Amino acid sequence: MSPDKSRKRGGQRMDRPPAHSRFKAYFVHHLRSLVASLGLLYRHPLSNLMTILVIGIALALPTGLYLALDNARSISSNWDGAAQISLFTKLTVSNKQAQQLADKIRLYPEIDQVSMLTREQSRQEFRDLAGYGDALDALEKNPLPAVLIITPSAAHAHPDAAQRLIEKLRKLPQADIVQLDLEWVKRLFAIMDIAQRSILVVASLLAIAVLLVVGNTIRLDIQNRRDEIIITKQIGGTDAFIRRPFLYNGLWYGLFGGLIALLLVGISVAWLRGSVESLSLLYQSGYTLRSLDLRSIGVLLLLSTTLGLAGSWLSVGRHLKQMEPQ
Amino acid sequence: MIQFHNVFKRYPGGHEALADVSLRLGIGQMAFLTGHSGAGKSTLLKLVSLIERPTRGQVLLDGVNIGNLRRRRIPYMRRKVGVIFQDHRLLYDRTVFDNVALPLIIAGYRHQEIGKRVRASLDKVGLLNKERVYPITLSGGEQQRIGIARAVVNKPPLLLADEPTGNLDPELSREIMGLFESFNQVGVSVLIATHDLERIADMPYGVFNLKDSRLLSNTVPALEENDHVA
Ligand SMILES: Nc1ncnc2c1ncn2[C@@H]1O[C@H](COP(=O)(O)OP(=O)(O)OP(=O)(O)O)[C@@H](O)[C@H]1O
Ligand SMILES: [Mg+2]
Repeated sequence: MSPDKSRKRGGQRMDRPPAHSRFKAYFVHHLRSLVASLGLLYRHPLSNLMTILVIGIALALPTGLYLALDNARSISSNWDGAAQISLFTKLTVSNKQAQQLADKIRLYPEIDQVSMLTREQSRQEFRDLAGYGDALDALEKNPLPAVLIITPSAAHAHPDAAQRLIEKLRKLPQADIVQLDLEWVKRLFAIMDIAQRSILVVASLLAIAVLLVVGNTIRLDIQNRRDEIIITKQIGGTDAFIRRPFLYNGLWYGLFGGLIALLLVGISVAWLRGSVESLSLLYQSGYTLRSLDLRSIGVLLLLSTTLGLAGSWLSVGRHLKQMEPQ
Repeated sequence: MIQFHNVFKRYPGGHEALADVSLRLGIGQMAFLTGHSGAGKSTLLKLVSLIERPTRGQVLLDGVNIGNLRRRRIPYMRRKVGVIFQDHRLLYDRTVFDNVALPLIIAGYRHQEIGKRVRASLDKVGLLNKERVYPITLSGGEQQRIGIARAVVNKPPLLLADEPTGNLDPELSREIMGLFESFNQVGVSVLIATHDLERIADMPYGVFNLKDSRLLSNTVPALEENDHVA
């Protein structure tokens, strides 16, 4: 069965290259089809550019939203002063006792500072604020308690931590009502939670869109190279061999799409940065817009590449099977 | 090399293209496959090259029953068979070199080895000077020879050709037949389907003659050798 004698030495079957060189050839082949698939992208620049742009835009949207949320978080974490707690003492507590209580609370590790309104100051403030002056004057006794205004340290400004602090303060015998002054801090965090979930939903939908876009592009690729696929199968190409260039194509689509997304987000941040800085100057906060950090960039590129690969995998799995030599 | 045991092939449409065909082509033998149009010649070759599967009966290739071969094994089995098509089936966006190199790339040969073998193969069909051109610029006969170079480049033990000289003038088809003979002389089994009864009449090879899906006559000498069922 052998055309020439020398082949008999290699093995009783067909002469194959020896194992080590086969492995080397395997890697060289991988590398080559990786580069070759890049060449293919380059050969049809327009349609591929379209695909890559669509992927880039689809990925830029959730990335931009994520970045906006990240900025909102970092701004709100600067607002530790916003989470103030008001402690209304019982009416039986005198100004002096209230002062002692304030001194005691000031020593708690969770506390940044404590200021106090005496009963008289409370009355004054209430009068100024609400315009109940006449009614208050008509009363013989001061109906308002002393008030401690407590600012938690930054580490305890988050709604959950503040809530625990409130529970602790409520147990004090002198305390009547303890409340978080600015409920809206809590609401803000709740809103950000909703925003985060929404971004996740948007991101998932757009990830599916990317899968479909890549899948469809690869499907067209496969159809355009139908002859080549069939001939390769006929002369003994394995499914893996035929699949490989298409998978690499998908990988490139994903990677380049991710880079485009980064570019779009980067441009947007640069464009917004000026306005944000002048706004924050008005608030004397010196806040500068945060851009994506290295980790987020890595995650985005990894995700986009994976999506590209997965999209082509789905397409290849379905369409290559249908092409058999005839 | 090839064995058919009571093979039937019925296409999905219901047409019976082969009925109760039994034959054997020994290792290193060369033979022709003849018959009227529609007799089932191409069908028989498609069974051997694993494009179609028999409806009934056994087809053995190199001792392996390929009727129930697992899908994953098919590519490796196909590498044992060099197929030459009448319509060449070359890749027209690749050079002659790349076309001929394809079976070697698929099998995972090293770069230098590929260059050596492709050139040897092109040399054998007399087209070494064409390695850098695209097949579209070649004549029909030259394209056919590129197809042959591709079929033999990884030295398969069996060559199949379906009407390889169908479109060629007598001069060229004699040349092509000469090529097949030269491969056969170094031990390759060769099976050629053809209409060209005149040409094969004075050649010293056996003939399988099909008529209406059945094997009408068989002049291929039975070889005494251990080409038995696995
Ligand atoms: N894929 C197919 N589906 C259905 N019927 C087919 C198929 N391929 C071939 N046939 C039928 O099987 C019969 C044998 O076809 P085959 O191609 O084997 O003949 P052939 O001997 O090669 O003829 P020719 O000399 O014209 O090439 C024909 O009647 C043909 O119509
Ligand atoms: Mg035919």
